Amino acid sequence: MSGKVTISLAVNGETIEALVAPRTTLADFLRQDIQLTGTHTGCEMGVCGACLVLLDDRPVHACLMFAVQADGCAVETVEGLTHRRAIDDLQKAFHERNALQCGFCTAGMLVSAYGVLASGDELDRDSIRDALSGNYCRCTGYESIVDAIETTARLRRQHMEKEEA
Amino acid sequence: MKARAFDYMRPKCVQEALEAFVRADGDASYIAGGQSLVPALALRLQAPGLLIDIARLDELRGLSVAGGHLRIGATTRHCEILGSDLVREHAPLLARAAPFVAHPAIRNKGTFGGSLALADPASEFPAMALALDAIIEIASVEGSRRVGAGDFFIDLYETALQPGEIITAVYVPLASAKTRTAFDELARRRGDYAIVGAGIDAEMQGGFVERMRIAFLSVGSTPVRVGAVEAALTGRQLTPQAIRQAQDVLGTELDPVGDEHTPPEMRRHLARVLLGRLLGRLEANV
Ligand SMILES: Cc1cc2nc3c(=O)[nH]c(=O)nc-3n(C[C@H](O)[C@H](O)[C@H](O)COP(=O)(O)OP(=O)(O)OC[C@H]3O[C@@H](n4cnc5c(N)ncnc54)[C@H](O)[C@@H]3O)c2cc1C
Ligand code: FES
Ligand code: FES
Repeated sequence: MSGKVTISLAVNGETIEALVAPRTTLADFLRQDIQLTGTHTGCEMGVCGACLVLLDDRPVHACLMFAVQADGCAVETVEGLTHRRAIDDLQKAFHERNALQCGFCTAGMLVSAYGVLASGDELDRDSIRDALSGNYCRCTGYESIVDAIETTARLRRQHMEKEEA
Repeated sequence: MKARAFDYMRPKCVQEALEAFVRADGDASYIAGGQSLVPALALRLQAPGLLIDIARLDELRGLSVAGGHLRIGATTRHCEILGSDLVREHAPLLARAAPFVAHPAIRNKGTFGGSLALADPASEFPAMALALDAIIEIASVEGSRRVGAGDFFIDLYETALQPGEIITAVYVPLASAKTRTAFDELARRRGDYAIVGAGIDAEMQGGFVERMRIAFLSVGSTPVRVGAVEAALTGRQLTPQAIRQAQDVLGTELDPVGDEHTPPEMRRHLARVLLGRLLGRLEANV
């Protein structure tokens, strides 16, 4: 029993066929099988948020699903978001606001931030906190992370208003 | 912290899933959102030989209105409940409770049926199914049956589901013009499991309570209806005096559990505070 199975999925826009053991989590598949180590693993039980990736454009925990479950889906990691320049402004704001120290939580924070910024909801500090409720950071005390996301939301809004005017 | 090796299959229909479970002789588990099962596998609290993935079955999907009920397909994800206009209109209590369920990323995968099947007494949706008097539709190789929420939750993580049965859908009676709802919970941090939580589904006319159902979460081994409190309020106006009396009744009716952080007395007190707040909101219609 428990032979490997073939899966086909898109990772950062590229279609990949792979042979995986059913018990391999998506996080381990990304990090070990295809060497995308931007996605981190901490608790491996859905609590810390270090492993967040986008599955069909929604943030999910890569430690809470098996790679076989992603068969036929589109996965995007922090590397993909970076390469297609979807979070340039967010990364710049993280840098400027000192929203990371050791960086362990950062990939997960960026994926959560991407998700809440893309939701189109009106954001204030409380709703940003809410969106980050599943992301642990042991270094920053969160304030600077909320600052960076708030700043990005404001700049994007201003940019849109200028486009409309 | 890695799951034991297992086989994996993605059946094409519910019937195929049910038969696969039977063939595995019980050494199998269904997986829907996986948001509770995967951690349990990683911690090796469970180690089935076969995972049967039901997350993509069309028969288990979707939200629709039919025959006086809102049908919630079992694999409807928490985020879909949260974002649905149908839910807001026809089952407003669920819309109120949904933001309290876990964190955004978990809501993107976790399913309504999975939450009921797991029957965590600290979970919001099982308690709301009780407050809404929902009907749970269950499939097995023998056929389909329906169980009222009041008969579904039996004990800690124990439900009316027999091994191998699948929840296919949940039916919630449609809200009317008289419906008023309230939900809240007390938790240490946003998104954490509640220390105590409650939801109310009521019908009010001219300021009087015609019907009221109240269910608490995180107070015992199952979600809990408080019939004596409901009876004490039915036919009355929600005056400050009526609310105080209801809180007193709750104090005697509720027999909450304690844990290392929360002795039973504290939980009872918090439940009373919560009930007062919720009834105040029903009266104010906010
Ligand atoms: C960090 C964290 C925080 C959380 N916080 C909360 C919270 O605050 N509130 C809350 O309510 N939940 C919370 N959850 C749990 C989450 O909501 C789960 O998604 C949900 O309880 C289970 O749904 P699932 O689809 O993920 O089920 P799965 O994990 O796939 O399955 C759970 C169990 O139910 C069975 N099952 C699933 N679907 C069916 C079906 N249709 N028929 C029969 N059996 C079925 C499975 O076999 C398994 O035994 C949290 C989870 C995590 C990891
Ligand atoms: S590693 Fe996935 S949430 Fe911690
Ligand atoms: S920067 Fe170190 S954990 Fe967040």
